[in-house]
Amino acid sequence: MTETTLGLLTIFALSVVVGFEVISKVSSTLHTPLMSGANAIHGVILVGSMLVLGTATSGAQIALGFVAVVLATLNAVGGFVVTDRMLEMFKGRSPRGPRP
Amino acid sequence: MTRLNLIELGYLVAALCFIAALKGLSSPRTARYGNLVGAAGMVLAVLITFAVPGMRRMPLIIGGLVLGAGGAVPAARMVKMTAIPQMVAMFNGVGGGAAALVSLAEFSRRSNHGGAGTTLAVLFSVLVGAVSFTGSAVTFAKLQELMTGRPVVVPGQRAVNLGLGAAILGLAVWALAAHSLVAVVLLTLAALAAGAFLVLPVGGADVPVVISLLNSFTGLAVAASGAVLRNTLLIVAGTLVGASGTLLTRLMSQAMGRPLLSIVFGAIGATSTAGSTEELQAGDRAVRRGTVEDIAVLLAYSRSVIVVPGYGLAVAQAQHTIRELADLLERRGVRVSYAIHPVAGRMPGHMNVLLAEANVPYEQLREMDDINPAFPTTDAVLVVGANDVVNPAARTSPGSPIYGMPILDVDAAQHIVFLKRSMRPGFAGIDNELLYDPKTTMLFGDAKDTLTALIAAVKAS
Repeated sequence: MTETTLGLLTIFALSVVVGFEVISKVSSTLHTPLMSGANAIHGVILVGSMLVLGTATSGAQIALGFVAVVLATLNAVGGFVVTDRMLEMFKGRSPRGPRP
Repeated sequence: MTRLNLIELGYLVAALCFIAALKGLSSPRTARYGNLVGAAGMVLAVLITFAVPGMRRMPLIIGGLVLGAGGAVPAARMVKMTAIPQMVAMFNGVGGGAAALVSLAEFSRRSNHGGAGTTLAVLFSVLVGAVSFTGSAVTFAKLQELMTGRPVVVPGQRAVNLGLGAAILGLAVWALAAHSLVAVVLLTLAALAAGAFLVLPVGGADVPVVISLLNSFTGLAVAASGAVLRNTLLIVAGTLVGASGTLLTRLMSQAMGRPLLSIVFGAIGATSTAGSTEELQAGDRAVRRGTVEDIAVLLAYSRSVIVVPGYGLAVAQAQHTIRELADLLERRGVRVSYAIHPVAGRMPGHMNVLLAEANVPYEQLREMDDINPAFPTTDAVLVVGANDVVNPAARTSPGSPIYGMPILDVDAAQHIVFLKRSMRPGFAGIDNELLYDPKTTMLFGDAKDTLTALIAAVKAS
């Protein structure tokens, strides 16, 4: 992949289109899990936090990077776990079936 | 292929996982699978990052990962379903904070090296990430009821906003002109303050929309951090969330009948909101109080009953008890359905999650537009712990903070029964005329206890 600014802008523009397109039809029942799932996905800042911590050149940068890694892990891991818990409620229920 | 190519390829796979995850999450059948695909993409991305050339301090990185995961898993596992919205707000806020820190650290590492474009990306990411961080913190405090859910406006809010805006603009110009780290740090502090002042004036009922808005903010901050680091995965994933989050925010505010701009700038524009004065008078006015036995007879001999569940039901952990009562009534031949307002609970879809937890059958859950025409022919409506979503002020009182929000037409039914803890107004902090309606009967007390007593009384009648 190209690393020029133009290349990055292309990727950005295409991602906007995909982001709009991918959730264009969604029932309000799923608004909360969807928001929570999207929330987990921006936890990918963890990758940036790791890169910053791994290549830091000063004590301050190490401190910033370390805090960022912890916060980003909270975001990513917590986000996916809490979304899964919400969706667990919806699974495997046959209408009028035996209730556990 | 070189190692760098392999790494890029791995990041591409992770990005595709995230797209598949969002797609999966937007349909009930595939939602859980979608979430797992997203998590798999995240694991892949983290593993690949360890292989990036020049990475050092592996023990420290692993330590940070362990620390974060060790905090996140118990928090996410143990949080009550009623508290999910503030949990999401918190996870979102720390993500925004991380994005701001990443850009700040990267700017400090190579100051004088990046061009104007990089500095611009740094500024954007720091600004939006910091706003999302404190904004989410205030949302968390509002939802956790650490502070009032009502709009908070400080004296001279306009001047404060203008001052902060000017300061941010000035610092941004300084940072761009001089590539000054000091300017970026000061801008971070100003943005932190701005985030708090942005959310403080938002009223309780609008908070879910703000969580969604801040969620897309964090996505954009992450994308900007990606531009700073020249990392395509961050740009793709952050932009995906930014774009889909913006759309989701619009869908939510439409579901509430509130234009997004009036939510965010409503209180800042200093339009006075009615309600607080009416509330003071509420204690003086007479409401009709019923006994459990009266209500049991009313319900048992109705042909159709609609249950309107609200946040109070969830707080009292009464979702299982209400289902028991509904089953009992159904066995007696009463038609029971649940009217789900799009924002019942604290977030769109929150109530569906809570009732699903209690195994309430899907076909009894009916959405607002679907059930509203049924109210005039309904014998009894049982409102359990809901208030704002049935408040006719949304239709009749233009000064009310909830004016324009679509509501459930409960007032059209023959009899209305409110199960409420007290006369305290709902989350939006406004009085409800419907409580004083001659057709309305109040049953005060804990929802779970009252429902348990109702079950016993229905069995006896």
